[in-house]
Amino acid sequence: MTVDQIIRWFQSLSGSGEQAWMFLAAVVITGLPLFLVLATNAIVAVYVERKVSAFMQDRIGPMGQGAGFHAGKWGLLQTVADALKLLLKEDVIPSAADRKLFVLAPYIIFLAPFLAIAAIPFNQVLQVSDLNIGVFYVLAMGSFGVIGLILAGWASDNKWSLYGAMRSAAQIVSYEIPAGLSIIAVVMLVGSLNLQQIIEFQTGTRWGFLPNWVVFHNPFSFLAFFIYFISSVAEVNRTPFDIPEAESELVAGFHTEYSGMRWALFFLSEYANMLIVTAVAVIVFLGGWTSPIPGLFATAGWGLFWFLFKIGILILVMMWFRWTFPRLRVDQLMHVCWKVFIPLAMLNIFGVGVWALGVG
Amino acid sequence: MGIVHGEEMVLNIGPQHPSTHGVLRLHVQTDGEVVSHIEPVIGYLHRCFEKHCEHLTYEQVIPYTDRCDYIASMNNNFGYVVAMEEFLGIQVPERVEYIRVIMAELNRIASHLIALGTYGLDVGAFTPFLYMFRDRERILDLFELTCGARLLYNYMWVGGLSHDLPVGFVDACYRFLDDFEPNLKEYHDLLMYNKIFIERTADVGVLPAEVAIQYGVTGPNLRGSGVQWDLRKNEPYSIYDRFDFDIPVGTGQMGSVGDCWDRYWVRAQEMAESVKIIRQALQDLPAEGNVHEALPRKVRAPKGSIYKRTESPRGDLGYYIISDGKGTPFRVKMRSPAFTALSVLSEIASGWMISDVIAILGSLDIVLGEIDR
Amino acid sequence: MMNAAVTEQIRERFPQALAEGKGDLFGETAGEDFVALAPEPWLDVARWLRDDPALKLDSLQCITGVDLGPEQPLEVRYNLHSMLHHHHAEIRIVVPREDPVVPSVAEVWKIADWFEREVYDLFGVTFTGHPNLKRILLPEDWEGYPLRKDYTEPETYHGIVVPKVKTGWE
Repeated sequence: MTVDQIIRWFQSLSGSGEQAWMFLAAVVITGLPLFLVLATNAIVAVYVERKVSAFMQDRIGPMGQGAGFHAGKWGLLQTVADALKLLLKEDVIPSAADRKLFVLAPYIIFLAPFLAIAAIPFNQVLQVSDLNIGVFYVLAMGSFGVIGLILAGWASDNKWSLYGAMRSAAQIVSYEIPAGLSIIAVVMLVGSLNLQQIIEFQTGTRWGFLPNWVVFHNPFSFLAFFIYFISSVAEVNRTPFDIPEAESELVAGFHTEYSGMRWALFFLSEYANMLIVTAVAVIVFLGGWTSPIPGLFATAGWGLFWFLFKIGILILVMMWFRWTFPRLRVDQLMHVCWKVFIPLAMLNIFGVGVWALGVG
Repeated sequence: MGIVHGEEMVLNIGPQHPSTHGVLRLHVQTDGEVVSHIEPVIGYLHRCFEKHCEHLTYEQVIPYTDRCDYIASMNNNFGYVVAMEEFLGIQVPERVEYIRVIMAELNRIASHLIALGTYGLDVGAFTPFLYMFRDRERILDLFELTCGARLLYNYMWVGGLSHDLPVGFVDACYRFLDDFEPNLKEYHDLLMYNKIFIERTADVGVLPAEVAIQYGVTGPNLRGSGVQWDLRKNEPYSIYDRFDFDIPVGTGQMGSVGDCWDRYWVRAQEMAESVKIIRQALQDLPAEGNVHEALPRKVRAPKGSIYKRTESPRGDLGYYIISDGKGTPFRVKMRSPAFTALSVLSEIASGWMISDVIAILGSLDIVLGEIDR
Repeated sequence: MMNAAVTEQIRERFPQALAEGKGDLFGETAGEDFVALAPEPWLDVARWLRDDPALKLDSLQCITGVDLGPEQPLEVRYNLHSMLHHHHAEIRIVVPREDPVVPSVAEVWKIADWFEREVYDLFGVTFTGHPNLKRILLPEDWEGYPLRKDYTEPETYHGIVVPKVKTGWE
């Protein structure tokens, strides 16, 4: 259900042309669920992250135990309790900080994934806006957040924050290139930037038994998926690429000076960004809402399930990375990007092109 | 917010910072990410250990030695009592010697587990840290079983021990060693041979042997630079000459000799050697013996002085004790291995990046309690 | 005995360098238990001790400052060790309490830099030629040298009351 469809429905009800209230109502009707999706995503993901890290580290993680309120059964209410705590915390702004920018930065960072999710198709019908340049739009909006990071780092008037901001600017800008290049390869294959069309291209089967996903399409697209996925891990600043907030070096990087709800917005946007980049990976490479067993479970309801399921798997892999690997150094990070991934991604575009012409 | 100049920026790492291993301040001059000069500023944890000693009896000094290197308290006790016993000419019973070696080596393992685990944290790997703490926890349980304390033991006394081994200790210790040895391999696979870890540590912070000796660096840091020097072998004290164990030295497997990886590797190997020593000591442990037998009624040292070194997990731990014949020491000086290790930091870490400085600092395994005393 | 041999060799090479030891205060004899040196030639002797092929005392283990008593002079003790020959020696230098000056050996053994700063910090011994002689453990504006036997604690430090040292066990 896109905004346009809702407006058209309003028009059919009232029998008049498009009016301002219709547009506003349509935006609210679609925007509110999206906000809830992002907020829920953060709450669930934080809980899962805690449990996953606990299981990997031979711990049990947040648990409810004994009588009274102890974060609920299995610690399910732990993140809720945390969110409450963050809401009640004192909002500290350093006296030397650039007040306006300091306050503005978390919103800009959160705005980026919120804008991006508007174009994401959750299944065959659930989509706020079916843009014809969907991939381009999502990538552009996703990289918008780096402005917020730089603002936060600069406005804090803290040397650690500044280091964190500079590192993340360099990192995110660099890793967008291999991520973008590997998606270009797919766009070439499909011949469209529209997300729904990219998914529809992936329906059906390949060689009779595999789902017709881009990742299985040819060896080059298989490689493109890995380049994109690793680059996207770097783009969302997660270990082993978490150098902008490397806690053993930069204390907390760009959000060192933030506390309370403002800090929570950073946290929220980190998980929201994870959702966006994995959603793009699922749409572009893993068939979006298509079923892994071609022909079965292909209804719209199952589509939503498959889409979220695939995202969940990829987010779990990201968590797995985080609790396994040490952190790279800044120059090594740049080395991987500019000297390994970008040439490989270039080669990939060529490879996919040749494959498409030769093999089909 | 002025005009951008090409000047260097001064960065204060610490005294409150996640990876300074205590309250250490590094006064760092940086040009972008590259560090051009480092000056460690210490003294935030100075607790007047040496001044206190002049007002205490010889036995009362022991709990204070615990608090110097709080990660390897047994070894600090050990160094002090070995020095005092040589000073007084006390011969301690066999059983006491064996128990002391077992405790010191267990504490060496515990200390190295912290060193390696926190080093993982320094380079960004969180999980190995908790695995290693899990095993350290079992060592602390053994200590708790023995003397009731988990961190600051006051266990070794001049001429004996505070408690004999409890019933079941030997079995519990064997059980721990049996569980611990396979775990070691797991830790090495998880962190030491991880590609990213090697990238971060190999060829970083190379400490050449001559520089190490110039700066009085000892222990695993010196051995990482390829110098085979271990007081347990070279100047055996207590009963270390009875055990069969090797001294691992850095060979530059992943980069050049004396890099961070070598120092890490040496500590990792030393844990296996300590396990060997403990197994032999448990095997030969005399069944009979009174741990309070040789305790002097009152420790009163003769006039004179002694300088005695022992091998603590961080290197040569020396005690310089001067007595004027009275009941309290005239002067106690502690030569702490971490102090010398930290002094070499500015030499080997200048010119590297901020991330490397953290990695190099972690690889030196300093304990601020011992540096500031 | 290592110390005796070192004493002999120093007497041969630097006839003026040996000093009369104050070790008798603790029942020790110069030449046997330690080598007593005058402060002035110490730097030359130190260089020679490090470089002489037979001695090769290349590692400075420890520098201990000692206050011999309220009216007595100060003393600086150096524990040297050879990584090559595995032997060690102890050098002691007695300096007057009013004007405690010892040449710095920071250029001979790099670690002496920090050790000497520590002795300066706690005993007030000045090391001439030291590259960076300032307090190391105590704050730079601390008054007095705490490990001297006649040291009295200040009442307050920046308005903070300094707790008093108790004598003996209470």
